Amino acid sequence: MMSSSPINILITDEPLDVTNCSQWVMTPESGGIDVFIGTVRNATKGKTVLRLEFEAYQTMAIREIEKIAAAAFEQWPLQKVLIHHRTGVLQVGEIPVTIAVSAAHRDAAFTACRYIIDTLKQTVPIWKKEFFEDGEVWVAAHP
Amino acid sequence: MTITVLAFGVAKDIFNAPSIQLELVNDATVMSLKYTLEQQYPRLKQLSSYLIAVNNEYALPEDYIHQRDEVAIIPPVSGG
Repeated sequence: MMSSSPINILITDEPLDVTNCSQWVMTPESGGIDVFIGTVRNATKGKTVLRLEFEAYQTMAIREIEKIAAAAFEQWPLQKVLIHHRTGVLQVGEIPVTIAVSAAHRDAAFTACRYIIDTLKQTVPIWKKEFFEDGEVWVAAHP
Repeated sequence: MTITVLAFGVAKDIFNAPSIQLELVNDATVMSLKYTLEQQYPRLKQLSSYLIAVNNEYALPEDYIHQRDEVAIIPPVSGG
């Protein structure tokens, strides 16, 4: 179904559907669509990662993501923005985040997509725990 | 006044609970809340940093906290 808003934000514990995400931002006016797909890597700093767990402060996370999308529209001539983030336990290779951006021209789509993921990593209250063979750690929690 | 502080990530591990109750003077500031939290949970001082959110917005140290506010401790975020 067609949404009337050009912004689509979701935090879910279900797998993300990348195909539907990129299709959602496509418009007849789109000259460029940029998609970022984050994936769970099997290693960090040379250490084997078994899985990741993501936790969100849902109400505030949605609000902060809305701010990021609004700021992206203010800064670049965009058509549609989609930001989906998954929570719960994810295995290696799974997708915790998908961002899709459409614009008339590619430069705006490229730059806005980068801005969105970079800012999400700085301001949105979502936390990632890495599980190793010898323990687990919340990312970025300690110096 | 008694307030509830919601906890996430490593803060939830430190509190060993998803939220805690804290006794504060009426109209306490965020700065005094952090001081009280660190007195009761010294391990918070080992974090690289943390923020306080009041009613789903990042709060400044000089902001006041009121009885019915929703308060959360925000450890360093790591989404994406």
